[in-house]
This record gives sequence, structure tokens and C-alpha cells, in this order.
Amino acid sequence: MAEEIKKKGAEITHDKVHVWPYLVRLEFLCSILVVVGLTAWSIVIDAPLEEAANPTKTPNPSKAPWYFLGLQDILVYFDPWFAGVVAPVLIIVGLMLIPYLDVNPKGNGYYTYTERKTAIWVYSFGFLVLWIALIIMGVFLRGPGWNLFMPWQYWDPHKVVALTSVDLPYAFGVRDYWMACLFGGVVVLGYFAVGTAAYMFLERKAIKSVGIVRMLIKVNLYLIMIGIVVKIVLRLGFNIKYIWVTPWFNV
Amino acid sequence: MANKTQGIPGITDLIDKIKSGEIWKELAKAVTDSQIWTSSFRHGYADTPRNRVLQIASNVWLHLHPVKISRHALRIRFTWCMGGITFLLFLSTVVTGIILMFYYRPVGEYAYFDMKYLQYDVPFGMLMRNMHRWAAHSMVITVWLHMFRVFLSGSYKPPREFNWVIGVFLVTFTLLLSFTGYLLPWDQLAMWAVTVGTNMARATPFLGHEGPFAEFVGVSQRYDARSVLIGGSIVGPPALLRFYVLHCIFIPLVAGALMIVHFWRIRKDGGISGPL
Ligand code: HEM
Repeated sequence: MAEEIKKKGAEITHDKVHVWPYLVRLEFLCSILVVVGLTAWSIVIDAPLEEAANPTKTPNPSKAPWYFLGLQDILVYFDPWFAGVVAPVLIIVGLMLIPYLDVNPKGNGYYTYTERKTAIWVYSFGFLVLWIALIIMGVFLRGPGWNLFMPWQYWDPHKVVALTSVDLPYAFGVRDYWMACLFGGVVVLGYFAVGTAAYMFLERKAIKSVGIVRMLIKVNLYLIMIGIVVKIVLRLGFNIKYIWVTPWFNV
Repeated sequence: MANKTQGIPGITDLIDKIKSGEIWKELAKAVTDSQIWTSSFRHGYADTPRNRVLQIASNVWLHLHPVKISRHALRIRFTWCMGGITFLLFLSTVVTGIILMFYYRPVGEYAYFDMKYLQYDVPFGMLMRNMHRWAAHSMVITVWLHMFRVFLSGSYKPPREFNWVIGVFLVTFTLLLSFTGYLLPWDQLAMWAVTVGTNMARATPFLGHEGPFAEFVGVSQRYDARSVLIGGSIVGPPALLRFYVLHCIFIPLVAGALMIVHFWRIRKDGGISGPL
């Protein structure tokens, strides 16, 4: 370790420059540009101020601040305990775990796609699609009743959308409540069990170098992320409301 | 002429100095040698390697920088400048926010009208409000971009894992700062956006009255995770006060402290990452 640091130090020092003036002047220039830009923007565009708060007058649609609209959109497909509480916690914890789960030593401190394809795909998908794309959709396409409207469509507050979705066990012909509960549980837990097993099998050579705990956490975070997409597809494509209905929570 | 001035001692000398410009050098020397000057500025300004180092190391505002960095850390194509811009935007919201605090009262009866007053009567009030809001929104975007670049350049890999974790706290606090500020104008937009947001807390497993397993804990609408957050069962004046305190005191202090740790760690982890 000591040697490693020494080597690193030697490598880094070979082309060093003084922070004053080389970095400070860049920071100064950048600050001027940003402050000028911010001032110009603030002169031209006013911050919104609507009528005074009125608890008896609920606007339709009621939207969270734009940066949370991805989560609000997930509410269409999941109950609030997941979309509003568990998903954000998983995002935060999952992000914190990234450096400890990604043990690929390559691509440390430089841009590369070829040396870490999976990592780049997973992060970009999560950030650009599940976070940014959903925000854009939430800001521009979600209208009254949280229905989807194309930009050229009139936001009709009385738009009627048929609620025809059913739960997954029902779609498979299971009518008894407890049987349906069991069926849903088997599907959800089975998804994670089979997914984990399949991944561990495919990556069996890497288990030793990655470590079993690491790999288990990683694959299950992947499965949750994929599961969210699966649920969206099931709802939009197959009108499935819940997969697993229990007396305590629904998934 | 010569006769008249000869009576004042040293005057010809002085005139010569003024004529030759020598006087300025002497004046400058007198100023820079004075006790006031030498106690304020601890090194010269001449562009010497020693002064370049001291300029950073002996300046409280600059000393979180290392005195030297590797050349590639200057490349905007590498850092996208996003961490620095995020910090600058944070500072802008601190400055404009303090100005807004002189005029704004977080009370149900006053808050909205203080906003109107700021916009229509306070000199530059509208500008301060705009700058505060747009800087806050921009900060959310730049912090995401910063995070994206840190991911793409693999800069969270050893030895920078811990700084990435601090970063995740920072992005969370950035969002919370923005969210708590969103309520303060006390208009329809504010109240309902925060209602939608805080309604989620009702569904917290175990701790929200509509959440899974709440029945085993015994929380109620008036006493659960959400009511603790907003001080009641609807977003009313107590929520406004709570969000104000969180927004102006608690979160900025925590976020500011974390930023200092973040910058410190960049240095301790060997400066901006780069190909080894
Ligand atoms: C308020 C928010 C933040 C501020 C003000 C901030 C500021 C900075 C600054 C000024 C740098 C220097 C290099 C650069 O500009 O890219 C930096 C580097 C870094 N930041 Fe942040 N940051 C913030 C949030 C984050 C977040 C959300 C993450 C990740 C989750 C993060 C992780 C890192 C890491 C790992 C480095 C070292 C990069 C390297 O060595 O190449 N920071 N940060």
C-alpha cells in the first residue's frame, strides 16, 4: 500500500502546476461568467408567484417540485410507501454503495466506455431514463388527473380514462384472496430468487474476486431497478395493477 | 523662484523626486513597509514560486486548495467545472438568501404579502428573489451533472470512495434545501407542491399512518412521520415555520460543513483523479 501511494505520488507529480495562478484564474473567470449569466437570467425571467396559498382549493394537477417528478411519476405504478419512501431510500443507499460494489479497478480517473460497459450502462439508464426522462415527462406531459397529454393536446380536466387494470393473480385466473396473495408472493420472491441465482451462475467465475456479499447486494439492486421497469411495462402493456396483494402492502 | 524655495529644507530634493517619479516608489515602499500592511499581507506580490505557494497557503479563502495540482485537473473537459459551479451557486443563494431574510417573515399571515412587498416595493427585491430561485434550481442541475461526470470518469474508485459517499449526502441536502425553500413563498404552487411531497411520509412503513404495518405501531394521522415533519396534519403555518428554520439554518449549516469536508477530502485523496 505504501509503495502504491509512493508510486502514485511520483506519477502525479511529474506534471504539476501552481494553483496560483493557473487554477485560481480559471475559477475567477468561470465565476464571472456564471454570475453574469445568472444576473442576466434573473433580469429577464421572473420567479413565479401564484395566488396566496389556499388549503381549500386543490389545483389539478398538483405537482411536486420538478426535481421530484420522476418519483411522482412512479406513483402511477407503485403505492406511495414504495414510490415515496422506499424507492428514494434505495436510491440514496444504492448510490452510496456504488464505490464499494464496483470493484473493477479499470477506468479510475479517466473516461472510458470499453473498460466498464456495464457500470456506464446501468448508471446512464438510471440517471437519464428513470430519473431525467421521467422528470421531463412529468413537467411537460402530465396534465389534470395525472393523465398523459401530448404538447399539442388540450388539458381536459374531464378526460375519461377507463380503469380496466387487474391484479396479476386475477389475470391468471386466481380468484381466492389468499391463493392470490400466495401466488403474488411466489412471483415476486421468485423473481428475486431466480434472478439472483441466474446472475450468480453466469458470473460464477467472478464470485471469488468480487466477494459473495457484494455480488448478492449488487444483483438485488439491479433486480429492483429492472423490476421497476417490468412493472411499468406490465401496467402500460398488459393493464396489470398489482403483482402481489397482501393485507399489509401491495406491490 | 530658486531663491524662494531654498528656504525650505529638502524641497529641491522633493521636487526632483516628483519630477522623476521616484516619489511613487518611495511612497509605495513606505506603505508596504508599514506595520499595518505587513501585518495584513504576509508575502509579496512578485511572481516568484515562493509567492505562488504562499498566495494559496497563507490565504484563508484559498487554502483549501492544494498549492500545486496536476495539469490535467485544469481541463474543463475533464471536470466540466461542475463541482465548482455548484459551490458558486450555493454561495449565490447564501448571499441573496440573507438579503431576502431581511424582508420575509415565515408566518401564515405575512409570508405571502412579504413576497409581494419584495417584488413590488423593495429596491432590487424582485432581482434578489429571481437570483435566489434560479441559482437554487441551477444548483440542482449542476450537482446532478457533477455527479454524472464523477461517475463517468470513475473518480469514485479507490481512494475516493468516501468522498463519493459525502457527495451523495450533498446531493440529498441540495434537494432538501430546494424543497424546503419551495414552500416559503406561501402561494398555491408552494403549498400544493409541498403537500404532494410530504404526503409521501404518510406512507412510511411502520411510521406513517397509511404505511404498511402502521397498525402494529399505532401511529395516527395527528402523530406520525408526516405530522412530525410538518407540525400538524395539513401543510399549514407550523409547516411554514418548520421549513423556514430547516431551510435557513439547519440544512445550510450541515450542507456547508459537508462541503468543507468534501473539499478537504479531494486534497487528502491526492487531488483531482487522473489516469495513473
Ligand atoms: C453541493 C454539492 C457539491 C459540491 C459543491 C461539490 C464540489 C466539488 C468540487 C469543487 C470538486 C472538484 C472537482 C470538480 O469540480 O469536479 C469535487 C470533486 C468531487 N466530487 Fe463533488 N461536489 C458536490 C456534490 C458531489 C456529489 C453529489 C458527488 C457524488 C455523489 C460528489 C463527488 C465528488 C468526487 C468523488 C470528487 C473527486 C473527483 C475527482 O477526484 O476527480 N460531489 N466536488
